[in-house]
Amino acid sequence: MILEPFAFENSIIHRLDPRLRLVFAVVFSIATALTQSFAPLYPALGISIILVAMARLDSLALIKRIAVVNVFVLFLWVVLPFTYEGDAVFIIGPLAATEQGLMLCGLITLKSNAILLVFISMVATMPVAVMGHAMGRLKVPPKIILLLLLTYRYIFVIEQEYQRLLRAARVRGFAPKTSMHTYRTYAYLVGMLFVRASERAKNVDNAMVCRGFSGEFHSLTEFAFKPVDSVAAVLMVLALVIIEGARWASILI
Amino acid sequence: MGEHSDIENTEKEKKQKDPVIELENIVYSYNNGPVVFDGLSFSAGKEDKIGLVGHNGSGKSTLLNVISGLVKPESGTIRIFGQEMTKEADFQQARKKLGYLFQNADDQLFSPTVLEDVAFGPLNMGYSAEESRQMSIRALEDLGLAGFEDRITHKLSGGEKKLVSLATVLVMKPVALLLDEPTTGLDRATFARIIEILNSIRVSCIIVSHEFDFLEKTTSKIFSMDKGKIRYSGESEHLHTHFHTHPMGETPHSHNF
Repeated sequence: MILEPFAFENSIIHRLDPRLRLVFAVVFSIATALTQSFAPLYPALGISIILVAMARLDSLALIKRIAVVNVFVLFLWVVLPFTYEGDAVFIIGPLAATEQGLMLCGLITLKSNAILLVFISMVATMPVAVMGHAMGRLKVPPKIILLLLLTYRYIFVIEQEYQRLLRAARVRGFAPKTSMHTYRTYAYLVGMLFVRASERAKNVDNAMVCRGFSGEFHSLTEFAFKPVDSVAAVLMVLALVIIEGARWASILI
Repeated sequence: MGEHSDIENTEKEKKQKDPVIELENIVYSYNNGPVVFDGLSFSAGKEDKIGLVGHNGSGKSTLLNVISGLVKPESGTIRIFGQEMTKEADFQQARKKLGYLFQNADDQLFSPTVLEDVAFGPLNMGYSAEESRQMSIRALEDLGLAGFEDRITHKLSGGEKKLVSLATVLVMKPVALLLDEPTTGLDRATFARIIEILNSIRVSCIIVSHEFDFLEKTTSKIFSMDKGKIRYSGESEHLHTHFHTHPMGETPHSHNF
């Protein structure tokens, strides 16, 4: 089951206009991702931590989500320093860790965590449906939004069907092992899932056509930009100015 | 229901009273495969409540798909509300007045929230966002689903999904309803609720079902599908006394009285 653990809380962040949150998260991420030096990453990480704190999220769910991303980051720390060209800092057996490799790992760690935290505080705090409509108001093509919303809706159904198929295999004594039989069984399961998903898509399409769908997707959601959003927008611009300022300062000095 | 005025009746006697759905000589087979309809003719009048029975694979659902234009027959005439259906655009117009309740509620409910799903039809019909919202809230209230607006569709129970599906269809104020196995897998409470709802609305209904119990309470005539044809099998109130005690049991059959 896929959950939205952060979407239904009630904090100042949750009450901000979703369009504003979406735009800020995207601009913040681009600014952070383009950075080549450490200086702007400290304020970026600081801002993202403040935002997550303001969103008052369930700490256990938060830690779990941060952990998932940092497991990947950990792999980078294991591999990158020893494979990146540069000046050796220390040597383990035949492997030499380079200064440039370590720096790169540090950059990636700070960047990915800052971006992750901003997305958790700004975007994961709205239900996927609301995000779709906010994207619509921001002129994202309707086909992409429809794809997103339908994927979100049916991923649960497909997961249930997968569980059903797996159960059917288990009751007939299937126990996964490292064997050709296991691989083939999983391949069949996945294949069957595709067949069912495409059948489902046909049925959904029929049901939509029966209710007058002709390609254009209308929405009920109205967004209102409140005074508190204006204040938030000013603060967000300020945050971006600090990050960009730090970046330029580090380039010029 | 009372008798119609005599003048009107004599005029339309042969054509049945105000036929809402008429099929004539429909021929259809699955892509070069087995023949499903072999010269099938059928008609449903205004506010007729028709139960449709037949073996699995006898083409009951396909018949509903033919009526709503989802499946195109090889030959034959389809008239809906007196209008002959020749191209997709005709069906697009007709579908606004035909409510089709699919067997699987997961096929019907595709929007993230209940309100959006119910409003999907009205929005497609050209109502404004505000009008659609009002219509949807009203439709949900009518089915006893007030307060469901912001619920997430995939998190509803099976019975709730079915009732919301019915709301998504009824909000469009259909003239005729096509219901495909509306009671499969339902709990008893929802089962009773659906019977109550169907008996309270004044629309033509064609109900495909295996449950005689359900058909007896919601329909007045029974038709059965057999060998690519459809035939009148009697009144619904005789379902139990007739079908259940008959040596042919649940097998659709006809009596040439």
